[in-house]
Amino acid sequence: MSIREKFIVTKRYNTIALTLMVIGVLAIVGLYVTNGAKDDVQKQARFWASLLQNSVYFLLIVNAAMFFICATTLAWGGWQMAFRRVPEAISAVVPVIGTICGVILLLICFGGNHELYHWTDTEHVKHDSILNFKKGFLNKNFFAASTVITIVAWSLLGWKMRKLSRSLDEKPLATIEERKKYVWNNTVWAALFIVVFALTVMSSIPWLWLMSIDAHWYSTMYSWYTFASTFVAGMALIALFVVYLKNSGYLEYTNDEHLHDIGKFMFAFSVFWTYLWFSQFMLIWYANIPEETTYFKPRAQGVYSGIFWLMFIINFLAPLLILMRRGAKRNYSTVTFMAMLIIFGHWLDFYQMVFPGPMTDAKTGETHVPMILYDLGVAVGFVGLIMFVTGRALSKAPLLAKNHPFVKESLIHHT
Amino acid sequence: MAVKKFVTGNFYDEAVLFPAVKKTRRAGYKIHDVFTPFPIHGLDKAMGLRDTSLHTAGFIYGITGTATAVGFITWALTVDWQLNFGGKPFFALPAWIPITFELTVLFASVGMVLTFCYLCQLAPFVRKDHFNPRSTDDTFVMALECTDKTNDGEAISFLQSIGATDVQVQYKETGWWLGRYDKDTKRFERKDEAVH
Repeated sequence: MSIREKFIVTKRYNTIALTLMVIGVLAIVGLYVTNGAKDDVQKQARFWASLLQNSVYFLLIVNAAMFFICATTLAWGGWQMAFRRVPEAISAVVPVIGTICGVILLLICFGGNHELYHWTDTEHVKHDSILNFKKGFLNKNFFAASTVITIVAWSLLGWKMRKLSRSLDEKPLATIEERKKYVWNNTVWAALFIVVFALTVMSSIPWLWLMSIDAHWYSTMYSWYTFASTFVAGMALIALFVVYLKNSGYLEYTNDEHLHDIGKFMFAFSVFWTYLWFSQFMLIWYANIPEETTYFKPRAQGVYSGIFWLMFIINFLAPLLILMRRGAKRNYSTVTFMAMLIIFGHWLDFYQMVFPGPMTDAKTGETHVPMILYDLGVAVGFVGLIMFVTGRALSKAPLLAKNHPFVKESLIHHT
Repeated sequence: MAVKKFVTGNFYDEAVLFPAVKKTRRAGYKIHDVFTPFPIHGLDKAMGLRDTSLHTAGFIYGITGTATAVGFITWALTVDWQLNFGGKPFFALPAWIPITFELTVLFASVGMVLTFCYLCQLAPFVRKDHFNPRSTDDTFVMALECTDKTNDGEAISFLQSIGATDVQVQYKETGWWLGRYDKDTKRFERKDEAVH
């Protein structure tokens, strides 16, 4: 029996990835021609909103792969070793999309258009008591600095974790002491990443990047909620790559047991996401204070209600009912279908987080839903980019980290 | 109650137990159960046990809890005794979700515990009898059930040949519980012996 150590990027895989990227570029060009290049600030904002939503969403879900690695490393988990190179490869996309996302965010921040981020308009902020109060947090310099620092820190720490993992491929660890030291080393770096992650994705970054679109409104749960959204979508992405590699004859040591656990993560964090979604919704619904309900008015009851309730069904009811059974989590077709559904569902979630703000006419107060096909096109482009970069990263290193001290634990894993 | 005959054997090592289970099944003996002091991963698969239905029962209990909560609160607050809470509609579903969730969990958990006790034939004041008390301490005990066609002499030598020690023939009363009440043994004081 021959074990295929490294992933070989096939022509077909590359063609699909490139085609998807071309579709994405075409969608961006189309959006630019129809909206971005117009004089109307609202139309320009619609163009930037699409780029913002897609780049932030896909950046956060590829970064969730590194969070998964670090969280399991910190817990001294061994079960994920059989397929650990997959999330590692996905996290290699972080610097790429991070650069794109950072450029987009800085352009929105320092560009002249204030429709998306009202607080960038310094003249306006002077007369707006709420925004004036938040000036210490919501200002251009702080935004730019935290954006750059965050993306650089994710990229660097992710790179370090990948480097640590690959350093073992050539030279196995001979003694117990060396292994202990290696595990300890990994734990420290993973802990550092988790701290950075907690200070960014779990607390401040979604406030800056997404919540500041509706700058008057605030919710302390927002970042947690965003984290849950991207983590479950990130697990779905890992599941998709694992199933794809299994079907192509790679990852011999990954079996139903591992897939079952990935499925459990998808199931559990779908419920966790719903918990946070509902906690945020119910408190605001119950208190019924106008300054808080402004957020949900266009979403739950206005023109976005279709998208709002659709994504609720996709992200909660579908995983709850379909992924509940043990057999479903071990079935490749069900897992693939649910993973794609979850990624799409949380994309819709981000859609309704970003768009109602810039799509509200400042004068009439009316909100409308833009042509969603363009945004789907941009999303497809990012999917292609993720496929392309992840494929290249997968082909560079062996798919099994065979010298890791915990690898045996994964091979005999049993749920 | 009917009395059944069993042949039991002790194993000290998982590495012996697993091949032994396989060989016993291949030889066609009926394994009544394998008793272990702690859960052993993969033993259920080796014994060919089907998946438990406990989770299906749990799902049904949970749905019952959801339906009970939503049904009762809806009836109470929209039909029987309408109350105005802060101008909310009488049918204020979001406010009921936490209670619905709690009742779902309560029904599912209590129902599953009771079902688990029933499936394991555990209840207060029901005494369980051991084939060998050491199965709660340090050995794995495999019990073969003797049918009409089983020759116990062969079964004993078969168990010994696959690595079992302390092979015994035991008679147990069957029924809702599986135990022996005519001769109550004090646990751990006296080794179980063959009863004829």
